[in-house]
Amino acid sequence: MPLGPGGAGATRSRRMTEPPLDHRCPCTPRGRDRLARRAVLTLALVGLGGVILAAPPAAAGPFTPDTGGSPNADDIDRLYRIALYIGLVVFLLVEGTLIWSIVRYRRRRGGRGAAQIRGNTPLEIGWTAGAALILVVLAAITFIYLDDIKDPPGPGQGTLVAGTRPAAVDRRPLEVEVNGQQYLWRYSYPGESQLYTFYEMVVPTDTTITVDITSSDVVHSWWIPELGGKADAVPGHTNHTWFRIAEEGVYRGVCAELCGYNHADMRAAVRAVSPERFRAWTQRKRAQIESAGADLAGERRRREEAG
Amino acid sequence: MAFPRPEIVVQGGLRSEPEGWLRWLTTTDHKRIGILYLATTFLFFVLGGVEALLMRLQLARPNSELVAPETYNGLFTMHGTTMIFLFVVPVLAGFANYMVPLMIGARDVAFPRLNALSYWLLLFGGVVLYSALFFTPPDQGWTMYAPLTEAAYAPHSGIDAWIVFIHLTGASTIVGGINFIATIHNMRAPGMSWGRMPLFVWTVLVYSYLIVLAYPAIAAAVTMLLTDRHFGTAFFDPAGGGDPLLWQHLFWFFGHPEVYIMVLPAFGMISEILPVFARKPIFGYKAIAASTVAIAFLGLLVWAHHMFATPTATVVLAFFMLSSFTVAVPTGIKIFNWIATLWRGEIVLKAPLYFAAGLPALFVIGGISGVILAIFPVDWQLHDTYFVVAHMHFVLFGGSVFGIFAGLYYWFPKMTGRMLSDGLGKVSFWLMAIGLLATFMVQHSLGLEGMPRRVYDWDNPEWDPYNMISTIGAFVLAAGVLATLVNVVISLRHGRRAGNDPWQANTLEWFVPSPPPPNNFDVIPRVRSVEPMKDIRRQVQEQTAPTSESVAQPVGPAI
Repeated sequence: MPLGPGGAGATRSRRMTEPPLDHRCPCTPRGRDRLARRAVLTLALVGLGGVILAAPPAAAGPFTPDTGGSPNADDIDRLYRIALYIGLVVFLLVEGTLIWSIVRYRRRRGGRGAAQIRGNTPLEIGWTAGAALILVVLAAITFIYLDDIKDPPGPGQGTLVAGTRPAAVDRRPLEVEVNGQQYLWRYSYPGESQLYTFYEMVVPTDTTITVDITSSDVVHSWWIPELGGKADAVPGHTNHTWFRIAEEGVYRGVCAELCGYNHADMRAAVRAVSPERFRAWTQRKRAQIESAGADLAGERRRREEAG
Repeated sequence: MAFPRPEIVVQGGLRSEPEGWLRWLTTTDHKRIGILYLATTFLFFVLGGVEALLMRLQLARPNSELVAPETYNGLFTMHGTTMIFLFVVPVLAGFANYMVPLMIGARDVAFPRLNALSYWLLLFGGVVLYSALFFTPPDQGWTMYAPLTEAAYAPHSGIDAWIVFIHLTGASTIVGGINFIATIHNMRAPGMSWGRMPLFVWTVLVYSYLIVLAYPAIAAAVTMLLTDRHFGTAFFDPAGGGDPLLWQHLFWFFGHPEVYIMVLPAFGMISEILPVFARKPIFGYKAIAASTVAIAFLGLLVWAHHMFATPTATVVLAFFMLSSFTVAVPTGIKIFNWIATLWRGEIVLKAPLYFAAGLPALFVIGGISGVILAIFPVDWQLHDTYFVVAHMHFVLFGGSVFGIFAGLYYWFPKMTGRMLSDGLGKVSFWLMAIGLLATFMVQHSLGLEGMPRRVYDWDNPEWDPYNMISTIGAFVLAAGVLATLVNVVISLRHGRRAGNDPWQANTLEWFVPSPPPPNNFDVIPRVRSVEPMKDIRRQVQEQTAPTSESVAQPVGPAI
């Protein structure tokens, strides 16, 4: 039953004008031509799809997110690729039928006239259900990947809990507090004596780093693309993310939420070093901070004594 | 003759109107107000476009010193604000103003004076915003996230100008929306039931309801911001017990329906245009009308997908991902229905069809990237990057603006009595389509490689070529827009005469002369289907030529 508005005029024009079907027959030369063209087009599309699908998952390129620093970034990349491939199929389907319809059914001399079709309920229900099905599949895949992205690997993993705080962690993760301030990042490490840095966070490799993020002025967003998703730094709230780096190196990022004139210059970096070098660094840094604090206290005392 | 005559044609007579420019200042005629809307909004479109070009010039190469960082922030703030509040939303109101009464067979809108108020509030809102250029323009982005906009971080007056501007244009838009709702509910021609209402009118109705539901949220938010800034409250200041996330929720509760406010009437336009140029009825009228309502309803439930990176419970993020997914279904229905409308048609390849068919072709890119962004773990990676910039421009330029240009080429003959040049229109289309693709396709890659939005500079050499391509594309796009503006200016005086119904269209606006007389209809035809003009043309044909003079509605030159 065609879907159409009511009324006498509508009923009259519901009759379809059926075009002759012989133009589809492959036995005529024109029909063969068309089939050949269609085959070439299909082959081209399949080839294009194959090239994209065959792209090695680790290759960072213009079509996929930055990855390679941390397992959560890699999982985001996998999830993104699945969505991209589904999207590409939909894209080719839409563009293909659209462009084909316009070219094939453009007005020509001696054309067969327009088919007065007002709708086709089974077809419309079909594509509605099809679209819904794709999204159900995409949602299911997202929930499969979600835990691996949200939580660091560990015993309690696999539970969807309220709150983005990593649900479970493996042996002794390093907890770093991140504080955004116009226009730099401050990183505080746990421990009895003070340890903090600005701009560059130094972390040990092969260790899960959990990051608690907040801001002391406006909203910022902490993001190192190769180490996974970003987390907004909102004053009055603490946000959470994590990463785990296998290879030594420096990973860079830029503040991702507009925070004022120098937003573009609010850069961040994470330097991953071996656990031994990290321990040495913390000792050296703690000593430096302590002696700087002592110097400052001494200076203050001298000034107070001087009046 | 078959047309029933109304019992009263004119009651009390028409007052004589003032002459010249005074006529434009005092008019309450929906057509003149429509023209005022269109002229004003296209002026703001040019201003917003110039701001965009300045940004792209700054971003053509790294380490550019064309504009200072604060100027750059001002440029993207003014660009976003202008395009959204002073171009896309009101230009649609302009088309709706002109066309809705004609399409439903009404004399005017329900409240003509209120309609004039809508226009003047819009104009003065725009003047208030742009007057800030002489002091300090707002430069916190069109989203105005607190606490960056609080007095402590932004003491200057640009934000106050922006707040007043939002109130003025917001009131303009709400009043206009109420006017359309009253008009469409009460003033349809005899026989025009809901199932025979033109699809553009359907989308204007839904646009109006969305405005009435969404705009009060931003009115409340900016009022709270105003009292925070000047009267010591702390709605958005955590030090005083407030919460910056409250701003984001209020803003996006408005901000996401705003996207559908901007795109649905453009969908409505091409739902009118495609069947006319395919010489075929719209495929699935009921499905398209119903999907418009469905998009609007679901569009009210997806706002927090703009906040996936904020500290928010995972179950909430999951809800907003799923609700965002569901919007893709009615949107997909529309696209399939448009393609099915073209399928097996007899497609007349004129400029309005180019722009109308360009909409689904380009919008689908923004639709697919939108589904990708709705997957919240993926959004953690892509949020606030150039990927999002690309996504929103395919939705708003590929969707809304291509629809608006299709509407312009389609209805310009009705508004002016003259045709736009078809050749120049096609040149404009190709430049705009190629420019749009060149500007924004590469921005997906920029975002994927980690370039955040709203930065005036970068230090990653991988991003250099993409930015250069994007800048070149922006100028191609601008050339395409310019071609249409030139086309409008030339055709106003020198365009071919249009006649009543140059496209052999389906809806009632083509029943009246071009441009229509002040009273629109001497006789309001009875509507018997969703395509009343088709019925009328058939009737005219059946009552063979010599005796049909009383109909006095020539079919117009064939296209």
